[in-house]
Amino acid sequence: MAGRLRQQVLFDLLIFRRNPASTFFTVILPLIFLVIFTSIFGNDTLANGAKVATLYVPGILALAIISATTVNLAITMTARRERGILKRVRGTPMPPWVFVASQAVAGFALSVMMTVLITVVGRILFGVTLNRLGIGSLIITVLIGAMSFAAMGLALTTIIPSEEAAPAVTNALVLPLYFISDVFIPGDQIPDWIQTVANLFPVKHLSLALQESFNPFADTAPWPWDNWLVIAAWGAAAALVAIRGFRWIPRR
Amino acid sequence: MTIEVERLIKRYGRRVAVDGIDLHVAEGEIVAFLGPNGAGKTTTIEILEGFRRRDDGSVRVLGVDPDSAPLEWRERIGIVLQESEPIPELTAREAVAQQAAYYRDPRNVDEVLDIVGLADSAGQRTRKLSGGQKRRLDLAQALVGNPDLVFLDEPTTGFDPSARRESWDMIEALRGLGKTVLLTTHYMDEAERLADRIEVIVGGTIVARGTAAALAEQVKAATRISWRVDPSSEITFLPPTLDVAIDTSGLALISTDDVTHALHTLTGWALDTGIELQDLQVKRPTLEDVYLVLTDQAPPEQGHKP
Repeated sequence: MAGRLRQQVLFDLLIFRRNPASTFFTVILPLIFLVIFTSIFGNDTLANGAKVATLYVPGILALAIISATTVNLAITMTARRERGILKRVRGTPMPPWVFVASQAVAGFALSVMMTVLITVVGRILFGVTLNRLGIGSLIITVLIGAMSFAAMGLALTTIIPSEEAAPAVTNALVLPLYFISDVFIPGDQIPDWIQTVANLFPVKHLSLALQESFNPFADTAPWPWDNWLVIAAWGAAAALVAIRGFRWIPRR
Repeated sequence: MTIEVERLIKRYGRRVAVDGIDLHVAEGEIVAFLGPNGAGKTTTIEILEGFRRRDDGSVRVLGVDPDSAPLEWRERIGIVLQESEPIPELTAREAVAQQAAYYRDPRNVDEVLDIVGLADSAGQRTRKLSGGQKRRLDLAQALVGNPDLVFLDEPTTGFDPSARRESWDMIEALRGLGKTVLLTTHYMDEAERLADRIEVIVGGTIVARGTAAALAEQVKAATRISWRVDPSSEITFLPPTLDVAIDTSGLALISTDDVTHALHTLTGWALDTGIELQDLQVKRPTLEDVYLVLTDQAPPEQGHKP
């Protein structure tokens, strides 16, 4: 079973790598944002010697993780369903859960890769630093975040009627959330009532948990339990929706 | 028996899509489900594949009820879906290799590509394959698990004639591999060419079955003699010893398997009574006609059951 899972994950990563839209939005776009943010908002040195670019990284990383999981899965799984690809898989002895789990694991692998990539590129270009105390929190956040947001992507497919609708529905949901969830705009510049709304959704909690993990001023190891709990609760609810409503057969 | 189906029923809401089908397919047989669109072919085959649940009747495929079959059952089944596309980012070879990874004991990927005639395009991205090549890839993916039973749902629908012919050769090759095959089609010539036996399905029921030759026998029985009568006249004179049906357009029709005798009686009666047999025709329908008759169930000129 582990062998089959590994094999499927490798295939899914290969498919991801060869899909120009997936690679652009998940890998290239976050790096572009990092460059743009640093150019527009500057890259001053903070009181303890850390660079301001370090503060941009958590939001950009949240975007990359959500793109690698929710957005990517909602779009590709709907397309595969409508093209009869999932139905063909269902006609084989492959256990369905292995196939589904592989999607989450591939999303996690991409998230880890993006964490490393953004941190390393940020370090080389803009002197971004990683607070050693936050590494444990970062690992847990990426794990919980990738798994939960992957489940949300699978849950989304249950309400998306067609391949054409998938990008529209997905972006209509995540784009407004990016703007109110500390991804592009810092929380202290957002009105309270919008922050209250944003607090209900998981995107902001992913941003906050990543902010804590990267916080250059932290002098004790951060453990953002409350954020993890909200993300995991959304993930668990999404997993239930996906288990109940995931379809292998085209809707057409 | 590889497939045993008794009194299969499937309803969609109030519509009965499959209405009491019986089907038996022995090991190594190639059987075609022939019928028009909406006849229940795909519904039936999807029940046998385990994709849909039946409402009534019993189904055994390779000795197992598809509704409660374990995943191992799928090791022995290959499926070519009516509408499915390969993953566009993969090459043909990778697509088959991925499918192979789902089976415990798959065939060699290159061997399978060779069987379906895709060896030369194995390195191409699947989105660049032609329609016919994609169908070959479908079959390769269905065969790579080395199944005993292969389902083919409308394998050549939408093909141009040369692609159809190629697909036929490919499906013929399955016979050489000793596979049991159940295929659906709405092409008469396809069923005749490929299948050992044909099951003609219309409106959810099987209306005729047998080898292509046996169906041709039914053609003989259905030779038709027709002539025109005046539909407006109050009284129509008909030969008393023959079974004649008249339709609304005023066509008198005799279905018979003894053409010589019927014709002799009819013309003798016409000479005796002085009635002219307008537009007299003796028509021995082709297999195509029989199919049309069967699938239309009751064509307009057929006043009675043959």
